[in-house]
Amino acid sequence: MMLDKFEKNLIARLKTGLAHTARPYHELAGGLGCDEEKVMATIKKLKDEGVISRFGAILHHRELGYKANAMCVFDLPDAHVGDFGRQITAYPFVTLCYQRKRALPRWPYNLYCMIHGKDRDIVLRQYTQLVSDLSLEEVAKQILFSDRRFKQTAGNYGTAGGSDD
Amino acid sequence: MTDNLVFADLDATDRALINGLQGGFPVCERPFAEIGGWFGLSECEVISRISRLCHDGTASRFGPLYNTEAMGGGVTLAAMWVPEDNFDDVARLVNSYPEVAHNYERTHVLNMWFVVLTENPGRVAEVLQEIEKNTGLRVYDMPKEEEFFLELKLEALAEEVT
Repeated sequence: MMLDKFEKNLIARLKTGLAHTARPYHELAGGLGCDEEKVMATIKKLKDEGVISRFGAILHHRELGYKANAMCVFDLPDAHVGDFGRQITAYPFVTLCYQRKRALPRWPYNLYCMIHGKDRDIVLRQYTQLVSDLSLEEVAKQILFSDRRFKQTAGNYGTAGGSDD
Repeated sequence: MTDNLVFADLDATDRALINGLQGGFPVCERPFAEIGGWFGLSECEVISRISRLCHDGTASRFGPLYNTEAMGGGVTLAAMWVPEDNFDDVARLVNSYPEVAHNYERTHVLNMWFVVLTENPGRVAEVLQEIEKNTGLRVYDMPKEEEFFLELKLEALAEEVT
C-alpha cells in the first residue's frame, strides 16, 4: 500500500492516541494544517484498507492484571496448520495466533498462539485444555512463559509500529 | 487475591468503556459525546474516565493499532539464545534499535524474544544481521506466514475478572 505524505503525517501524529478533548480530530487537523473532515475521512480510509487494524482502546494486559503470558508453539503438518489455527482462535484466552516460518533445525514450530492470564496456573490449565480438545498431545510443542518485559513501544520511528502486548 | 488490587480502581463503568471501545471508536466531530450517548454518560465524564485509564496505565492509548505490513513495512519475530551472564548487556543492545518494538525474556534455551518493525521491509534482515554481528550470537528469524484473526476477547477476560 502506498501511503501519501499526508497519510504518513497523520499516522505518525495519531500513534500516541487521540487527545482527550471534545474534538480530538479537530485538534489533529490543526497540527496537520487541514480541516477536520479530511482527518476523519482519511482515518476511515486507513481503516477500510487495513492500515489501521483496530481503532479504540489499546490496553496494557499486565496493568489489567493479566500478568502471565505464554507463547505456545506447535509443530504441525503444513497442510493442517490453517485448520488448527482457526480452531485455536475460538478460545477466549487466546490473544494472538500466527503461522510462522520454522527456524530449522533448532526450532521446528510453525504455529504460535499467545495466552494471557492472571497467573501461570490458570494459563497452564488453559493450555492443557487446548492441547486436549484439539488432540495435540503427540504433537511437538512448547510453552514459553515470560517473566520480564524489557521493552514495549508503539514503534518510535516513521510510520511503522503499534502493537498490543 | 493480589490481582484484585489491580482492579480496585476500575468500576463497572470503566470496564464497560474498555470492553465497549476495543474497536469501533467513533470517528465523528464529538466522539466522546457519542460514546457518552452509548453508555449514558456526559461527554465530560467520558473524557475524564478515558484520561484516567490512560494515566494509570490501564490503557496505553485510545487510538489506532497499525498493521505494519499493510503500510508496506517489514515485521518479524526473532529469538536468541543469550548466556545468562550477558543477558542484560545483550538486552540493552537489542533494545537500542528503534526498530525493536517489544522484547521479552522467556523460559527456554532461546530466552530472548523480540519483534522487529521497519518502514522498509529490507531493513528487517539488516537489523537482525547487525545484532548478530554486534553480539556474536545467532539470531533466529521467524517471520509470519499467516495470521489467524481473533474476535475481540477482552470482554470475556474482564468478565472473568469481576
